[in-house]
Amino acid sequence: MSGPSSATGLAHSPGSSRGREHLSTLRPTHVLYGVVALVGVSLFSVLLGAADLGWHRVLAEIGAQVTGGISPLSEREAAILWQLRVPRVVLAALVGGALAISGAAFQGVFRNPLAEPYLLGAAAGAGLSVTVMAVTVPHIGLGTTGVTQLAAFGGALGGVMLTWLIGRSAGPETATLVLAGVAVGAFLTAAQTFVQQLRVESLQRVYMWILGDLSTAGWGDVLVVLPTLLPALVVLCACARLLDLLGVGDEEAATLGIRPGRVRALVLAAASLATAAAVSVSGLIGFVGLVVPHLVRLTSGGSYRVIVPLSVMFGASFLVAADTLARTLMAPAELPIGVVTAFTGAPFFAFLLRTNRAR
Amino acid sequence: MSGLTAGYRDHTVLSGVSTRVESGSWLGVIGPNGAGKSTLIKAVLGLVGHTGEVSVDGRDVAGLGHRERARLLGYAPQLPQLPIGLTVTDYVLLGRTPYTGVLARESERDRIAVAEVLERLDLTRLADRGLHALSGGERQRAVLARALVQDTGVLLLDEPTTGLDVGHAQALLDLVDQLRCERGTTVVSTLHDLTLAAQYSDRLLLLDGGGVHAEGPPEHVLTSDTLAEHYSARVRLLTAPDGSPAVVPVRTTAGTAG
Repeated sequence: MSGPSSATGLAHSPGSSRGREHLSTLRPTHVLYGVVALVGVSLFSVLLGAADLGWHRVLAEIGAQVTGGISPLSEREAAILWQLRVPRVVLAALVGGALAISGAAFQGVFRNPLAEPYLLGAAAGAGLSVTVMAVTVPHIGLGTTGVTQLAAFGGALGGVMLTWLIGRSAGPETATLVLAGVAVGAFLTAAQTFVQQLRVESLQRVYMWILGDLSTAGWGDVLVVLPTLLPALVVLCACARLLDLLGVGDEEAATLGIRPGRVRALVLAAASLATAAAVSVSGLIGFVGLVVPHLVRLTSGGSYRVIVPLSVMFGASFLVAADTLARTLMAPAELPIGVVTAFTGAPFFAFLLRTNRAR
Repeated sequence: MSGLTAGYRDHTVLSGVSTRVESGSWLGVIGPNGAGKSTLIKAVLGLVGHTGEVSVDGRDVAGLGHRERARLLGYAPQLPQLPIGLTVTDYVLLGRTPYTGVLARESERDRIAVAEVLERLDLTRLADRGLHALSGGERQRAVLARALVQDTGVLLLDEPTTGLDVGHAQALLDLVDQLRCERGTTVVSTLHDLTLAAQYSDRLLLLDGGGVHAEGPPEHVLTSDTLAEHYSARVRLLTAPDGSPAVVPVRTTAGTAG
């Protein structure tokens, strides 16, 4: 076979920006909405809390920190703001962003709208690992130490790796990997329930952790997740265009010059690391990873070039808002954040689905 | 290509297929269902495991990197998967992937190429339409646009007229033919409609049971004996106004229609 490799050969016309207006790219307005939502909801969140610091004094304190002025807060009040509220907001934002971007990545890789970050056994792995820890070393509190984080992180990654190994041995299809994830998830969850039943007294603590818990968040947690989370986020954002490409199927994607298997492995590795990092500091927070990418998709378009970066911003905003509700609705008691995410996210999602259909 | 043998796992579909396609010409690959037509196209693209050699302009395709191969061979599959949620522009732009860095954004040049192909295929007014909202004919044109924007010397089309009525099928093949003449693109396509295959192809390759059974100009390949043997079909060959053979099926219980 032979054929010349020509230039497009079609009439070249002036007006070189043609085509750009129909392209789904991240627009400045998208970013602006994302930033305004995140900053707005974060600011609102740090103003609220069990201790009434006064919203004008909190704003004055933030202004003072920025400009180097005199703080209006007492030392104790400043500690409440900077050592309790702010790190909690930052951590909620990081966890929400990580879960949402992982969810978007999973949905893209598996070409399945029901895919979510826990699909490959991350949640079940982390759950088993934390339960085993709670049962074997009961004197260590679940929320106060790096040991839980390490157990959750290792468990989450272990679950995903087990799924990967089983899936790979069964075949190269993505459906096989999903089925392996289902099997691993069921097995590890059964193991976790068994271990839990052996020591019923651990039930309460493990249960709290499983429903998601940011109540003990501190700067230490933020520092723990950042080194894993940041590289994973960068990789996932860089791969957004490739996720669109995976949508045409492996064969076509291969004829367009990429290796779909490698792209998938890279994206899954980055998304699993981000998920494990999130799970390690927050427990199992459901719904964010499933729903936020869909909210973005319904409102801003279907290209992953838009969905991936916006999922980070809106996932962050969503979880900060949910955590604010979790710690204020029944104050001084706290609701599990996983309950809030499902309770608020599900109706909103249903509403969006309806309005989108009506359009 | 020479000695091309290909298949899936332990099942061989093609064995020892050899042919040569002149630059800028159109080769129609025909054959009954399961003859190995799609497998031939996929083997040329390196999508199925194969032995034998495929070369383009004297360059061995197997020795090329993925991106280099993608700049040489364009492909439109029989049943393309359309990503949910993408606009026509987004989708067509995917065809520029071999020219953009893996992690880079598309350049102005890529966008111009996309806009030009959309215009050429009369898709400009659908540029921001979602793929799912297109009709069958528009969808096939969008897939063709994605393959064309790849700007390759060789275009491999697997049943490009699947699901199209005769008018839309004709329009699509006319378009491919025009572009072939303008750009000197070599076209290899499988076509199940033998009359259309005869009209548009310079040469036909008849595959059956994974091997080549006839090859040459359409009027030599398409004979009632050949079609009876390989398709188990009762047909008569007429001559179309342009001189190409037209294949007309013949019903057994003749005479009942009048």
